[in-house]
Amino acid sequence: MNHEPFEKNSLILLIGILIMVSIGGIVQIAPLYWIDSTIEKVKGMRPYTPLEQAGRDIYIREGCYGCHSQMIRTLRDEVERYGHYSLAAESMYDHPFQWGSKRTGPDLARVGGKYSDQWQADHMINPRSVVPESIMPGYPWLAKTPANIEGTEVRLKTLRAVGVPYTDEMVKTARADFAAQAAPESRAARDLARRYPKAKTVKVDGKQIEGTTELEALIAYLQVLGTLVDFATFDASGPNLR
Amino acid sequence: MGKSADTTEEWHALTDALAVGAAVLFAVVGLTWAFAGIDDGIRFHGAVLAAAAVIGAIYILMNMGQTHDRSVYFDGPIKFATIASLFWGVAGFLIGDVLAWHLAVPALNFDLPWISFGRLRPLHTSAVIFAFGGNVLLATSFFVVQRTCHARLAGRWSPWFVVWGYNAFIVIAGTGYLLGITQGKEYAEPEWYADLFLTIVWVTYLLIFLGTLARRKEPHIYVANWFYLAFILTVAMLHLVNNAALPVSFLGSQSYILYAGVQDAMTQWWYGHNAVGFFLTAGFLGIMYYFVPKRVERPVYSYRLSIVHFWTLIFLYIWAGPHHLHYTALPDWAQTLGMTFSIMLWMPSWGGMINGLMTLSGAWDRLRTDAVVRLLVVSVAFYGMSTFEGPMMSIKAVNSLSHYTDWTIGHVHSGALGWVAMVSFGAIYCLVPWLWKRPGLYSMRLVEWHFWVATIGILLYITAMWVSGITQGLMWRAYDRLGFLQYSFIETVEAMKPYYVIRAIGGLLFLAGSLIMVWNIWRTIRGDAPVDIRDQPRIAAAPELRAAAE
Repeated sequence: MNHEPFEKNSLILLIGILIMVSIGGIVQIAPLYWIDSTIEKVKGMRPYTPLEQAGRDIYIREGCYGCHSQMIRTLRDEVERYGHYSLAAESMYDHPFQWGSKRTGPDLARVGGKYSDQWQADHMINPRSVVPESIMPGYPWLAKTPANIEGTEVRLKTLRAVGVPYTDEMVKTARADFAAQAAPESRAARDLARRYPKAKTVKVDGKQIEGTTELEALIAYLQVLGTLVDFATFDASGPNLR
Repeated sequence: MGKSADTTEEWHALTDALAVGAAVLFAVVGLTWAFAGIDDGIRFHGAVLAAAAVIGAIYILMNMGQTHDRSVYFDGPIKFATIASLFWGVAGFLIGDVLAWHLAVPALNFDLPWISFGRLRPLHTSAVIFAFGGNVLLATSFFVVQRTCHARLAGRWSPWFVVWGYNAFIVIAGTGYLLGITQGKEYAEPEWYADLFLTIVWVTYLLIFLGTLARRKEPHIYVANWFYLAFILTVAMLHLVNNAALPVSFLGSQSYILYAGVQDAMTQWWYGHNAVGFFLTAGFLGIMYYFVPKRVERPVYSYRLSIVHFWTLIFLYIWAGPHHLHYTALPDWAQTLGMTFSIMLWMPSWGGMINGLMTLSGAWDRLRTDAVVRLLVVSVAFYGMSTFEGPMMSIKAVNSLSHYTDWTIGHVHSGALGWVAMVSFGAIYCLVPWLWKRPGLYSMRLVEWHFWVATIGILLYITAMWVSGITQGLMWRAYDRLGFLQYSFIETVEAMKPYYVIRAIGGLLFLAGSLIMVWNIWRTIRGDAPVDIRDQPRIAAAPELRAAAE
């Protein structure tokens, strides 16, 4: 084959390169948007509550994904260690995804409900107070920093614009829901649970400042991870076979 | 040129005015964020952008109206990028080693947000890949495209804009991580405004490269330039697609990525693996194809092999992303495609390695006599090793053990330290005397020291990570006689400690090697007479001085 045209004309070279490097991405990415079985049909998935989403933003800010995965693989030991393998449906509202690539610490895909709120708080403030061999950094400043309630509505609206199904009601009550999740057994907390099924309030002793803290937001996020899908009704065959 | 002196002067005046206008525009955007921004992060970054723009404008105003000779190469921006690469290299290696010690001694996080592992880690990866590697690629591509086209770099101010703007982007991205500003996607952490600014810089870079190719006086485009062009073009595509995000506010630093879950994962690793394939491979193969033949004064081994390996490499690489997602919620068909193409990728990779190594045919003695050649050749050997290891790790059965462990970290560093950094060091040792018109390097003995200290550091690093990775992978899947998992997670963390210390020592050696280089380069640029000029090959000298000696 004659290679001369590519070597003598920079535009032909440019177009040749562009074609060659486009094909793989188109074949691998585009079908994920139209093949129905890509995201499993499940019951229970909902958008994050405003406080859980604020906690997720903190999780991203602190770079937790550098050491923790949120993706249980379909391997026997992982399922026994962490629980049911992760489904695509479980991260369908995650902008961005946080599957991670390294387990310097354990997987967190199903950490929700495994430890108490107080354990999580003690662990975040000083990991070695509850796990002596831990090499995780401490995050004591989270307990002293107020969670960012300003702009909660606009963050939810932005997420809605990129595809998360927040309703008008959810956007309107965002601030109230934000505060309610850190106020256990309040009336507002019951409203929150109606809008966001399985939403759990956060309770941490020895608060260092007034109002909702970043620590409480992060705990709200950690406690919801992996708890939403109803696996009693999940059918891995049939419509979800892939 | 066909243009009269008047039109050239008018043309210069016009480009000067446009350049100042662009700088003013950047300053206005920066000041808007600095004063009207809704969070501390964007206010700070607005100020950084405005300051960079004002410095740029002052530089243009001070040098306005200068005429240049089109027959002279445009080397100022190359010198700038070379020095920037040294600075960022040392910074990136230093932060990497700090992170290594974090894992061995967690108290070193000091409970401070700005230096905790999670925020420093993207600073390390960005500093070494995009800051160190990126500046090496800017410097070498601008150098190589001019020399192989026998043409001056296109543009009057734009090459300066590319190197200055790129480094301003690095400062904005890096300080952002420390402040907690991140998109949360690996190797694509910079937020939307930094991404937009980088896009402007990068498109300018592409246009300069194409413009210089269009000016060439050689009929053929040299092979190194194919690789550089594929790198610039593909990185632009990857960057634009993977970073598509919606800002929460145009006056705020936060945004949300358009994609979610499994689609975002696929897009991210399509991007992530091809940041390796095109930024860290194709670009640096461009370096190999110019600097290896040049330094050993032999032609490239096989013209045909370079054609075959170029096209197959760029076609196959783009498919390899899903091997980062084996056994995950990514559909099986995509995983299988990713594995298949990753294994096929072994062949073009070794085609490139063979073409690089065999270029030494008839000049193997240089490996003994010239430490710079040794850096270049050992880098190609490391390239061969890690491009064998990569396809092997992409096999699902192997990946089930290696994924999520330090084996991946070791693999990345045999590529990053062994291939990318070593070939960069070789190229910098070539470039500096050529650019600053020196008879040779200040000291070849120091290059020897750099080579050995760095090589021992790399070996300690990757062997420690092989052992820790495979150990941890085996411990995770170990069962006792009753059929229960044998180890708790924290027991597998405890077992890593000795390897983390060995790795940190290896990193320290690598850092020490880079400091030896900085000292040597500084003495060379300062113009100190080489202490061992008789041990240096003729090619070490700047071309002008080589001719004079003959």
